[in-house]
Amino acid sequence: MSTAPPNPPRLDFRSRGFDFASFAFTGVTGLATVFILAILAVILVNVVWHGWGTFSWRFLTTGMTTAAGGAKDMFNAGEAGVLPMIIGTALRVLVMTIVVVPVGVITAVYLTEYAQSTAWSTRIIRGAVSNLAGVPSIVFGLFGLGFFISFLGRGLDGGALEPHWGKPAILWASLTLAVMTLPLVIVATEESLRAITPGLREASLALGATKLETILKIVLPEALPGILTGGILAVGRAGGEVAPILFTGAAYYMRDLPHSLTDQFMDLGYHVFILSTQSPDIEKTRPILFATVLALLLLTLSLNLVAVLVRARVRQKMRAAH
Amino acid sequence: MGIHRGHRARPAEWLAEKFIFLVSLTAILMVFLIFIFVAREALPILFGRMNSAAARPAIPAREMDRLKPEELREYLGLTAAEFKQLDKEALQALMEVREEEAKEAPKNPDAQVNTTQWRYLIGPHQWADSRPEERYVWQPVGRIHKYNLIPLIIGSLKTTLVALLFSVPLALAAAIYVSQLASPRWKEWLKPAIELLSGVPSVVLGFFALIVMATFLQGTFGYESRLNAFVAGIALGLAVIPVVFSIAEDALTSVPRSYSQAALALGASKWQAAWQVVLPAAAPGVFAAVVLGFGRAIGETMIVLMASGNATIVSWSLFDSTRSITATIAAELAEAVFGGHHYRMLFLIGAMLFVVTFLTNLAGDLIMHRLKGRLEGRAK
Repeated sequence: MSTAPPNPPRLDFRSRGFDFASFAFTGVTGLATVFILAILAVILVNVVWHGWGTFSWRFLTTGMTTAAGGAKDMFNAGEAGVLPMIIGTALRVLVMTIVVVPVGVITAVYLTEYAQSTAWSTRIIRGAVSNLAGVPSIVFGLFGLGFFISFLGRGLDGGALEPHWGKPAILWASLTLAVMTLPLVIVATEESLRAITPGLREASLALGATKLETILKIVLPEALPGILTGGILAVGRAGGEVAPILFTGAAYYMRDLPHSLTDQFMDLGYHVFILSTQSPDIEKTRPILFATVLALLLLTLSLNLVAVLVRARVRQKMRAAH
Repeated sequence: MGIHRGHRARPAEWLAEKFIFLVSLTAILMVFLIFIFVAREALPILFGRMNSAAARPAIPAREMDRLKPEELREYLGLTAAEFKQLDKEALQALMEVREEEAKEAPKNPDAQVNTTQWRYLIGPHQWADSRPEERYVWQPVGRIHKYNLIPLIIGSLKTTLVALLFSVPLALAAAIYVSQLASPRWKEWLKPAIELLSGVPSVVLGFFALIVMATFLQGTFGYESRLNAFVAGIALGLAVIPVVFSIAEDALTSVPRSYSQAALALGASKWQAAWQVVLPAAAPGVFAAVVLGFGRAIGETMIVLMASGNATIVSWSLFDSTRSITATIAAELAEAVFGGHHYRMLFLIGAMLFVVTFLTNLAGDLIMHRLKGRLEGRAK
């Protein structure tokens, strides 16, 4: 006859006493997280604090020419405006979106709907996409100059002495940026395509729809939020990039707004660079500099915020689907 | 009517599939084109076909008829299209200009030197007009263009080193906290908030480093030159943090929950599970995060251009003004003569940069791919 041991060991999973190592570890990693967020907050607060005074409707909606047709001093906070830069940035980003979204979406459709994940072609495409994402932005600038301007542009001109295509232009800057943001669009679209339940596709195929019809009428509409995220992320990223457009289209100063895609343009990000490095009197320029940075940050961060929110919803749906 | 409705039955489907496949090759094509067209401009230097000597031997203009058209074109450094548009008198005038130039060439022992040769690009050389301690000089202005790459490479490495030393510990700690220790509700907020840092354009980080941080850091540490590798490196670190954070966080999260649950069941505390079980399992991913962070840091342009001071000094001190490869391209390409040796030299360092980042990306991706395969129990 067996009896239970008189004193069964008590199970206790709570730590005994104060666990210093645990506290220190959580504290250090937590502090690092807080520190990163604090830096972000310092940047944002600093820019808003110093930029708010100059950031006015007049600042956003006036250009570089006075009513009499003369040129304004772009370093003078009292009279300069950023309308031409906003228009230039918007234009180059718009043209880029028109090019990059279709190509990116079609690539993502191929990778998720058609490709066999083990095929060598699929692996190379994936490798190329992730490599493209890591190419330095200045190399994109060199590529834009070497390929779009001096190869394509001068090729179109056919050796004419007055270049029409073979010079920096909105078109070339936009195409360069399209190449740069292609991976963003592909990855975001792919993610949302994978979030769609296979059942939906199977149901469509079972009803007699072809694969193409299924993709066009069922899969892509379902994936719209993800495609949107990709587009928004691309716009947010490209909107703030300066290095790729330095030699492919951005102008230091232009009296008029661009009239065609072969014109150069003034750019918000490039203008931040000019104001902070080329100003003859940095104290006088400071207010307009902070206000320009504020405009740029509002553009890129708000786009990023929207993308993050849409993406969170896509991920929730994905968790529900699988 | 069979059940199998193959491509044969539907030419439109077949066409669409081929079209989609072709479009999806764009990414490959672009990587390929980037390499070809950046390297193409650098080829003449790579093969030693470029001559940047300030004093080139001149052929008297009256001996023009003795040269073959092709030789003449090469001698005058014209493209075929330009050559075709010039008549004989214009060519004669160009030759006279060359002759004049040769007469006025500096009486400098370095004037005959083709500075685009590899030994001048990498090795030390005592130039007649530079100080004795300056044996590695990047100075593409004046009569004799000096193209030593060592100062630029050191500059890039210095800023990158500071950036990694600053950002990797922070980003890793944050990744461990967010993926292992924070409650799921906090995690949902913290992750996008940190990734928002990647939404700050690099020109804004450069501006912030130049206008705000440089003065603050100089006041705190009291070094001499306001803009230097240290300031640029810290600002660069801000751009690297989101890269390292998201990849490391991704790697840590992809470690199966059962690992840490097993550790917790054995009585480990939360931090012990994170530090001794999850982190070692995800170690290759953390390494990949650092490698990709390196690629991001060495390729960043605007921050370094604005905050590093841009002096091409050979010095290992972090508090000296420095110039990186990327900043050099950005600052000088606009002034370089199209197709000239300076222009090609900038493409050469761009191509070098491309190769370096290509390799780091490849390595980082391979490591991540293998790690995920292993953690998900796939073969290999």
